[in-house]
Parts: sequence; C-alpha cells; structure tokens
Amino acid sequence: MTSTRVLALAALLGAAVPAAAQVQLTGAGATFPNIIYSDWMLTYNQAHSDVKLNYQSIGSGGGIRQFSDGTVDFGASDAPMTDSAIAAIKGDVLHIPTVLGAVVAAYTLPEVSQALRFTPDVLADIFLGKITNWSDARLASINPGVKLPTQDIIVVHRSDGSGTSFVWTDYLSKVSPEWLQKVGRGTSVNWPVGLGGRGNEGVASTVRQTPGAIGYVELGYALINKMSFGTVRNGSGNWITPSLASVTAAAAGAMKDMGPNTDFRVSITNSAGPQAYPAASFTWLLVHKTYADSAKARALVQFIWWAETAGQAKAPQLGYAPLPQELRPWIQARLKTVAAGGRAVWKAE
Amino acid sequence: MTQLRSDRIYQRALTAFALALPALILVILGVLLVDALPALRRFGPSFLWTSTWDPVAEVYGAAPMIFGTLASSLLALLLAVPLALSVAIFLTEFSPRWLRQPVAFLVELLAAIPSVVYGTWGIFVLIPFLRSYVVPPLKALLGWTPFLQGVFYGNSLLAGGIILAIMIVPYIAAVSREVLLAVPTSQREAALAMGATRWEAVRTAVLPYGRAGLIGAVILGLGRALGETMAVTMVIGNRHDIGVSVLQPAYTMAAAIANEFSEATTGMYQSALVEVGLILFVLTVVVNAIARILIWRVARGAAVGSKAL
Repeated sequence: MTSTRVLALAALLGAAVPAAAQVQLTGAGATFPNIIYSDWMLTYNQAHSDVKLNYQSIGSGGGIRQFSDGTVDFGASDAPMTDSAIAAIKGDVLHIPTVLGAVVAAYTLPEVSQALRFTPDVLADIFLGKITNWSDARLASINPGVKLPTQDIIVVHRSDGSGTSFVWTDYLSKVSPEWLQKVGRGTSVNWPVGLGGRGNEGVASTVRQTPGAIGYVELGYALINKMSFGTVRNGSGNWITPSLASVTAAAAGAMKDMGPNTDFRVSITNSAGPQAYPAASFTWLLVHKTYADSAKARALVQFIWWAETAGQAKAPQLGYAPLPQELRPWIQARLKTVAAGGRAVWKAE
Repeated sequence: MTQLRSDRIYQRALTAFALALPALILVILGVLLVDALPALRRFGPSFLWTSTWDPVAEVYGAAPMIFGTLASSLLALLLAVPLALSVAIFLTEFSPRWLRQPVAFLVELLAAIPSVVYGTWGIFVLIPFLRSYVVPPLKALLGWTPFLQGVFYGNSLLAGGIILAIMIVPYIAAVSREVLLAVPTSQREAALAMGATRWEAVRTAVLPYGRAGLIGAVILGLGRALGETMAVTMVIGNRHDIGVSVLQPAYTMAAAIANEFSEATTGMYQSALVEVGLILFVLTVVVNAIARILIWRVARGAAVGSKAL
C-alpha cells in the first residue's frame, strides 16, 4: 500500500517538473529594442515553458563586448559590428535583424502648429551650425505658408554613446559630404554645435523645455511622448512623415542593394524606396555561427524564427516598425546555417 | 597567556582591515594606470590641454572636462559656502532653541535626496526659473562682464553650479555646525565680557577658533562637488568647450565617463575615458592634500576646531 502511494506521489512530482531539460538563454545589448524583446521572451516562454530567456539592456556597445567575450548566448545591437570587431572573434557572428527603428528631428516652436519640412542638406547644415536661425531663407523656402519665428536654433544631441546617434550621423554622413568629412558617423561623435542630453529622455526634455530647440530622438519615443517632429524629403524627392509604415518601407527599399546573400550589416538610411523614411535602421540580434550546446542553439534559433514571424505582429503596438515580409526567406536562410557539433540545428516545427 | 594571544590576533585582524583601505586605493590607482596606458602613450601630456574629443577620428583631449569640473565645483563653492556657513552660524549662535533641531534636520535631509532627483528638478524647475527670472536681470546688471556673455540655452555651467551648490550645502552646513558647537562657551563668554555684540563675538572669537574645521567642511563639500555625476550631467549641457561665460554649456569629467563609457567600443576610446578617470582621481587626491595642508597650517593657531573633523 505504502509503496504504491509513494509511487503515485513520485509520478505526481514528476509531472510537475517539465520532462525536457530547461534551456536557459541569456542575451545582452541594445536598450532600444528592450521593450519588444522582453515582451517576446515572456510570450514565447508561455508557449515554450522549457525555454527560459533573459535579456539585459545594457547598451549596444556592452552587448557587443559581452557577446564577443562569450559571457552571453546572444547579443543585440543597434549598430552593426565593425569588420575589426568581427575579425577579433574570427568571424563567428551572424547579424539577424529583428525590428526597425527610426530617428526623427524633434523641435519646439510654440508659434508653429504645422509639421515643418526639412531637406537633407538643411538638416545637415542645422547640425553643422551653419543654419542658426529659424527664420533662415532656406528653411522658409521649403516651408511655404509657415510663419517661422526669428529665433536662434538650439541643437540638442545625445551625450551618451547610442545607436540613435549612429543612425542620425550615418544619415547625415550620407546626405552631406561636409558632415562626412568634418564629423562622420558613430555612436559618439564630435558634435560641431549644441547641447548634450543623456538618453532619449534627456534630449527630449531639453528640446521640450527650450523654445527654438531641435534634437533627434527615437521615433517610438517621439510618438509616445507626442513631440512635434519634422517631415523629411527622402532620396526619391518625396516628403515623408516618419511613421512605422514609412520605416518598414525604408527596409523594403534597401533590399535591392542587399541581395539574398547579405550579412544584414547594411545601413538603410537614405534608402531607395519612394515611400521610405530616410533615417531608419535595423536593430540586430548577434548570434554565433557555431555553438557548443546544440539544445541551446536549437532553442535560440527557434525563438528567433518565432520572433521573425508570429512575433512581428506585436511590433506596431509597441512602437516598433516590423520588418518587411519579403525579408523573411533571407533571414531563414541565415538561421539555417547556425550549427552545433558540426550539424545545423534548424528543425522545421 | 590565552588572553594575550587573542589580543594579538585581534590586533592583527584590525591592522589587516586598516591596511586594506590604503591598499585598495593603490589597486585602483594601478588599474587606472594600466588601462589608461594606451591613451597615455598616444597622447602624452597634451591630453591635459587639448580640447578635441572626437571618437570617430580617435583624437582625445580632456581640457574642457578638467576646466568644467573645476569651474562648476568652484562656482558651487562660491554659492554654497556663504549659505552653508550662515545656516551653521544661525543654528549654533542665533536660532531660538525650538527651531534648531527642525532646521538642522531639514538641511541634512537635502543630503539624502538622490542626485537624479536633483537633476530632474534642475531640468523642470531650476532651468525654466533661471531662464525667466534670473538670467535676464543678471544680464541687464552684469551683462558687460565676460562671465555672462552669449545666449542662455538653459543647460549651462550656471545651472550645473547651482545644482551642485544645493547638493553640497547640507554637507558643509552639517560639519560647520559640529565645528561651531565644539567651540567652548568660554570663548564666547570672554568676547561678550569684553563688551562685544553677539555678532562681534562670533566674528572675533568663534569663527577664528573653528576656522580649521570650517575649511575642512568646505573641502568636504568641494570633494563631493568634484565627483558628482548624475545631477550635473542632466543640466550642464555636456559640451566639450572651454568658455568663461557661466551661461555656456560645459562638461565635467565624471559626467563624460558616465555618459560615454558603456558605448566606448574601441580600445583607445575606453583608454581615453579611463585616463579621464585617472585625472579625476589625481585631482581629488590633490584637492584633499591641499585641504590637509591648509588645515594643518591653520590648526597651529587654533587646534580645537579641527577636532570636530
């Protein structure tokens, strides 16, 4: 009698513990996609209780460092790894885009109610300190019918290193030879003019508090905080209001240049699409090409593929632009190459 | 015998703990030196007086940050010392008894507020207030001096200095109060017996007696101001520039390290930031050393006040 009871109890306990061993996956990196990554990981874990994911948003640079040091299973970054950084880990990295972000020019002009228009050269010259007043003739000529005040332009930029700065300076580098030569692109640059604010919130609060200020912030942040931001003329000559749709269009427009064998380390600023918002960017997960633990590698690949497919539906409501669907086969091809123990871990579900 | 042995163990343990702290400082210094070595080699001493900070071209110079750190801290002292000393003198010499504890408590409470809260307050309250009510009259009055040139954007050396001043007032006030309380009543009574008014008694007897301790209090505030990070970076404007106008944005070493370190991906960038940390470290040591020397000098005249330190 007692022994059967013990057996029954053991069976009960056994049922409570998941049959398969739990897989723990740790990642670290960019702060920008933190909200959607956390949401994905939570949702995914509800359907796959044997996979536990943990993401620390410590910044892109820190993510690349920890990924390269091997202290995390996957990294995340808003700026692609440089060739020398990839060489340092013997090329053992895949860049897998997950969602899209964009950077907008937010400003505070209490007298102006319409959304202002900016051409790329005007934006570059404002951030170079060559256009210093809102009543400048070049601003006036692209904003007919808008009464621009005679007020100093106060440029606000990020003081901390950030992927947002990278996207913005990458865009300005593409549209202005002078910017490329004098400043260049980077997560931190030597800003010719302006005040530094810490984080999106630091730039946003300074822009908001300062009449005549213009700064760049992440699109999702600007939308949630209802900031006024500019419409920008893209490479095709169309005036594009930053929106999730025009950001997705930017990625779609860049696909021609990427080609199916891309490593996805491409800048999609100033993209060719007619409806593309020009200051847009991928954010990437950094995944090793080979893992020691095949269970881990398989779980990671499956999670990422789920995020690329079912997970994309979550993006708009969280303020992220989803990837264009046309990109999926290319991503799948890349995920299929992830291997452990000399064998690819991809398995169709 | 056993008593003696346990005493010896106790003594050794205490010695080990006591030596651990100086050792820790040496280890920190060592690590800073090693990590800063690439930048030290590449830029040499010119790191101290060049002003370019360009992570893209990998050219670094810390002069604006060194200047900003010193300028914001000195500005803070300029504002905080009279205020803090007034509070301390009032509380020890003039305040009615029932007011002493509540005021002292509230002043010390200022020290317990997290610096990010000061920074937020600075952005949303102090800067708009400065822009509307302080800077325009100040410019009208003293706009001809080099210290008030240029357009006031809000985030500026002035805002950083004021925030710092508010943050160090409680430290200076609390220590000064202890120092003044330690001045023997006989000193005051002697001055009063000579026919001095209460203010004269404070000026001629109490303050000179405690001056070593008071200087110590000020230096304590300065040390705090030099290293303060979060509140300053939120209001100072974070601009690598040197200018004498307090209306212009500036940068401090602590703020730059906090801002840039997490995304400093290249070796030289990181090394340059570590070197900034090293400079800050050395600067703090030098300031404290000067303070010690000052206290020793002054203390020769009036030893008692320094006991409160």
